[in-house]
Amino acid sequence: MRREPIRVAIIGAGIIGASISRVLSMFEDFEVILVEKEADVGWGVSKANTGIIHAGYDDEPELYPLRAKLCVRGNEIWRKWADELDIPVRWCGSLALAFNEDEVNILKTLLSRGLRNGVSGLKIVEAEDIKALEPNASRDAVAALWAPTAGQISPWDAVIALVENSVANGVKLYLSTEVKGIRIKDGKILGLETNRGFLRADWVINASGIYADKIAEMVGIRGYRIRPRKGEYIIFDKEAEPKVTRVLFPTPTPISKGVVVTTTVDGNLMIGPSAEDLNEDLREERSNTKSGLDYVWASASKLVDRLPSKSMIIRFFAGLRPEPTGGDFIVRGYDEVYGFIDAAGMRSPGLTAAPAVAHMVSEILRSLIDRELKRKDSWNPYRKRMIRFSELTHSERSALISKDPRYGRIVCVDEMVTEMEVIEAIKRGATTIDGIKFRTRACMGKCQGSSCMHKIALILSRELGIPLWRVSVKGPGTEIGIGDIKVLFEEGDQCGRCRET
Amino acid sequence: MREMQRDLTIIGGGPAGLAAAIKAWKLGIESITLIDESERLGGVLPQCIHTGFGLHYFGEDLTGPEFAARLIGRLKETDVEVLGGAYAAEINVKPDSFKEVYGYRYGEAFKIKSKAIIYAAGCRERTRFEAGILGERPSGVYTAGEAQTLMDIYGILPGKEIVIVGSGDVGLIMARRFALEGAKVKGVIEIMPYPGGLIRNIVQCLEDFGIPLYLSHAVAEVKGSRRVESVKVMKVDGNLKPIGPGFEIKCDAVILAVGLRPRIELLARAGALIDDATGGPIVNDWLETSIPGVFAAGNVLVVNDLVDYAAEQGERAAESAFKLISEGDLTRSGAKPLIRGRNVRLIVPQLVSCLQDVVFYGRVSAPEENVAIRFEEIGKIFRLPAVRPPEMFRVKVPASDLLRLRCEKLTVNVMRLEA
Amino acid sequence: MMPPAEGQNTREITCIICPLGCTLRVLLKGEGVIKVEGNRCQRGIIYAQGEVKPRRTLITVVKVYGGELPVVSVKTSKPIPKDLIPEAMKVISRVSVKAPVKAGDVIVENLLGLGTDVIATRDVKAV
Repeated sequence: MRREPIRVAIIGAGIIGASISRVLSMFEDFEVILVEKEADVGWGVSKANTGIIHAGYDDEPELYPLRAKLCVRGNEIWRKWADELDIPVRWCGSLALAFNEDEVNILKTLLSRGLRNGVSGLKIVEAEDIKALEPNASRDAVAALWAPTAGQISPWDAVIALVENSVANGVKLYLSTEVKGIRIKDGKILGLETNRGFLRADWVINASGIYADKIAEMVGIRGYRIRPRKGEYIIFDKEAEPKVTRVLFPTPTPISKGVVVTTTVDGNLMIGPSAEDLNEDLREERSNTKSGLDYVWASASKLVDRLPSKSMIIRFFAGLRPEPTGGDFIVRGYDEVYGFIDAAGMRSPGLTAAPAVAHMVSEILRSLIDRELKRKDSWNPYRKRMIRFSELTHSERSALISKDPRYGRIVCVDEMVTEMEVIEAIKRGATTIDGIKFRTRACMGKCQGSSCMHKIALILSRELGIPLWRVSVKGPGTEIGIGDIKVLFEEGDQCGRCRET
Repeated sequence: MREMQRDLTIIGGGPAGLAAAIKAWKLGIESITLIDESERLGGVLPQCIHTGFGLHYFGEDLTGPEFAARLIGRLKETDVEVLGGAYAAEINVKPDSFKEVYGYRYGEAFKIKSKAIIYAAGCRERTRFEAGILGERPSGVYTAGEAQTLMDIYGILPGKEIVIVGSGDVGLIMARRFALEGAKVKGVIEIMPYPGGLIRNIVQCLEDFGIPLYLSHAVAEVKGSRRVESVKVMKVDGNLKPIGPGFEIKCDAVILAVGLRPRIELLARAGALIDDATGGPIVNDWLETSIPGVFAAGNVLVVNDLVDYAAEQGERAAESAFKLISEGDLTRSGAKPLIRGRNVRLIVPQLVSCLQDVVFYGRVSAPEENVAIRFEEIGKIFRLPAVRPPEMFRVKVPASDLLRLRCEKLTVNVMRLEA
Repeated sequence: MMPPAEGQNTREITCIICPLGCTLRVLLKGEGVIKVEGNRCQRGIIYAQGEVKPRRTLITVVKVYGGELPVVSVKTSKPIPKDLIPEAMKVISRVSVKAPVKAGDVIVENLLGLGTDVIATRDVKAV
C-alpha cells in the first residue's frame, strides 16, 4: 500500500539546500519543494566562494565536531557526486606553506589532527618537495602540509548540477520565492508564507545560508545568530601567468584558513578571500574595498614567487560566509518545533561538507518521522553537463555545427560561447544574464560582458518573449533598461524631474 | 569543415578592414575574403550615430552609419567575399609561409589558407575592474559602447539619472545622447586635470546641456546591492591618489568611458609581439606584425581617435599585402626601432626600414603648447601649436629624410619651442 | 576688456577650432559682435561670430516598427538653433516610422517650421 508522501520544503537553493534536495529525492516517502528567494540557484553564499574541496585537517574535532566529521566525509562523497553529475572538479591537492619554525609546529599539529579526522595521504614536505609539487610556490617556504585529497570545484556548477538532478528526480523548484513566515499550528508545521503565496509543507529544512537565524526565528528558535564574514577575491584573466597547479594555503590561524592562491576549474588564477566580520545587519554588504583587496594581494604575494601583473586582473568580487554562534555547523531537529530541521552556519568547510550534511539531514528526518525510507526504483543518479563549445577540438566543433547551425554563432568572443549554448542554458532554467553567465561562462572573460551582454539579452528576450529592456541581470529590479529609448518623453511620465534642465 | 584558399584574408569589417578590402581589390589582389563577427559590416560605426566622421577620408562631415555605408557601398562593387557573423578562433602560421585561419559561423566551420592576413579586429572597452572602481557590483554599470548599442541600435534606455566616468570623446558623446533623450546627466568624472576629449565635444556635449565636468576627480566606489544607487566621487591629487572625504552622486546608471584596449588576443596567441605602450602589435613600416605576412590596421594596431586614420592604416596594410603577394616578399632588412623620447607616450609604426615614406601616428603624455615633433637622428621637425594626450598627432616623414638615418635607432621627442 | 557700455554685454565661450581651446571673451551689442578678446588667431573671431546664435546638427534616433531594428538613426538636414533642441526632441519622440527605411529618407518634414528636415542616416530593412 502506498503511504501518503511527506511534503518537505527546503529553504535555500544553495549548495546545502541543493545537496539535501538531491538526497531526499532518492526516496518515495518525500515530496520535496526547493524554495529560493533569488531568480536562480546558488546565488547566495555558494556563488562567491573559493570552491575548494578541503582535505579536512583544519577542524578541531573537540571544538567543532560536525565540521571535522562532515568535511572528511563530504570530500569522499564529492568524488562520487562530481562523477555522477558531471561537475567540473580537479583533484589537485593542497599545500599549506610554513615560513618559520613556529608555523612548522602548527603544521605538525594539523597533521596529527588530520590523521585523527581520518584524512588520508597527509604529510609534511620539505622545501625542495614543495617546488616539485608546485613550481610557483614561494621559495621562502621551509615546509608544507601536503594534502593530496584536496580539490577545486566550481561551486555554482555544483549547485546547478544538484538542482537539475533533483528536479529530474521530482523535486519542485520555486525561484524568486522569498519566505516571509512559517505557519505553525499546535506546534506542527503547516507550510511557508511566501511573497508568492502559501506553500504547504509538513517539514521545513532551513538551508538559508546567511539568513538562517532569521528563518529559525520564524519558528521561535533563537539559539544562534549568523554573523556575516566578508571575503574579497581577485580573479585574473585566463591567459595570466604563472598559474598554480595546487591549492596554496598559508599556515592557518585558529580563526581563518587565510588567503589562498588557486586556479579555478575554468583556468583562472584566483586569490582570496580576506576575512572581515561585519555587523549582523549587513547581510547584503558585498563591496570591494581598497584595504580588502590590498590585503588579499599582499597575503597572496607571500605564497608564490610571482603573481601575474595587476593589469591581468579581470574582476574582483566579494562574498559572505555565514559565521554561526559557537563556530560549528548547526545540523539538528528541535523538540520545541516538530517539523523543523536546521542545516545552518555553513561557514568553511560548508561546500566540502555539503553532501555529508545532506545525508545527515536525511538521517535526522528519517529518525524523527520514525519510518523506514523506501528508495525510488526510478531514481536517476546521473546528469550531463552542458556542452562547452570552447573545450572541444576544431573537428568536434565542426561536427556539432553540422548537427545544429546555431553552434556556429559565437556570442561571447572572449570565452567562445555559442548561441546554442545560451539557448540550452535557457532550456535548463536560466532566465537572466547572470543565469546564462554561470551556466556558459559568457561575460566571464576580459570584457566582463561589455561586448556580449546585449547579444545574450537579445536571445533571452526572444526565447522568453519579453521586451529587451525587461531582460534582467539578476531578477526584478536589475533590468538592463528602464523602457524604450523615448520612455522619458511619454505623457504622464513620473520622472519629470529628470527632464529639468 | 569548409576549406578555402585565398591570397588575402582580412579579419574585421570595421573601417580599417573595409578600407583594406577595397584597396586590396583595387590594387589587383584577386581572391580576398573578409570575415567579421557581426552580421552587419562597419564595426562600431553603425552605433556611432553622431557626426565627425570622414572629414579627412571623404572630405565631408558624416555620421558613423553614413561613413560605414559609403565604405560598404564601395565594397559591394568589388568581388571581395564577405563572411558575416564569422568568428576567427585561431591563426596558425605554417612553415610554408601560408597562414591558416580557423573559424566558425552560423552553419559552418571553416579554414582559410592564405598568403597574407590583415588583422583589423578593433578594440574593446576597459571595464570598471581595469579602472579600479571599487564598491559593490550591482546592475546598471555599462561601458559607453554598450550603452550606445542598447540605445542607438536596439532602442532601449539604460537609465534616467546618469553618471559618466571618463571625459574622452565617447564619454562626452554619450553624455549628450542621454541628455537629449531626457535623462539627467549628473556629471562627467575625469581623473586627469584636463578633459580627455576634443574641445568641440566639451562645448557641444557638456556646456550646451549644462552638464558638470569634474576634472581631477575619480569614482572611488559604486553603491547599491542590486541596482546602482549612487557613486562615491573623490578628488585626486597630482599622483591621481584620492584625497578628502568625497561626495556621493545618486544615479541609476553609470557609464564607463575609461579607455580602449586593442583586441590582440588572437594575434598574441599566434606569436605576434605586443607593444606595451600601444597595447597593439609591434609593426614595421609595412604595418606588418612580427609574424611575416600578418598585417595590422585600425584600432587593433593603435587606438585611433579618428576613423580616417583607421581607414588610412587599412589601405596601407592592403598596399603592403599586395606587394608581398605579387612580389613574394617585402624588404624588411635593416629595420630600426623608434625610441619614444620626451613627452611621447606611443608611436606607430615601431620599426622603420628607411626605404619608403612613413606616416607616423603618435600620442603625447602631457598637454603642451607651441611644440615641435622632432625626429632626432635625422633632424626632421614638425611644428604644432599644441599637443594634447587625447588628440593623436599624425606626421609623414618622406623616405628622403629617413635615408639620412645612420644610427641603429630613431628617437622621437616633443620639444618645447621658444614663444 | 572694457566694461560693457549701455546695451552691450559680454559672453565667454571656448573656441573649438583647434586644440588650443582659447577662452574667448566676446563683447556683444544685441546680436552683433563688437569685439573678441582671448583669441590667438583670426579664426577665433569667426568662430565667436558664429556662436552668438549657436546652431547644432541634432542627432538622435526615431522609433521604427516592422523593421529588423526598433530604431533608426537620424540627423537634421541643417543645423538648428541650439535653443530649440528640447522642443525638437519632443516632436521627434512622438514620431515612429514603418520599415523599410532608407538612409536619406525624410522622417520629419520642416521640423518646427524651421525649413529643416529630419533625415534617416541608415537603412532599416523590413522584416
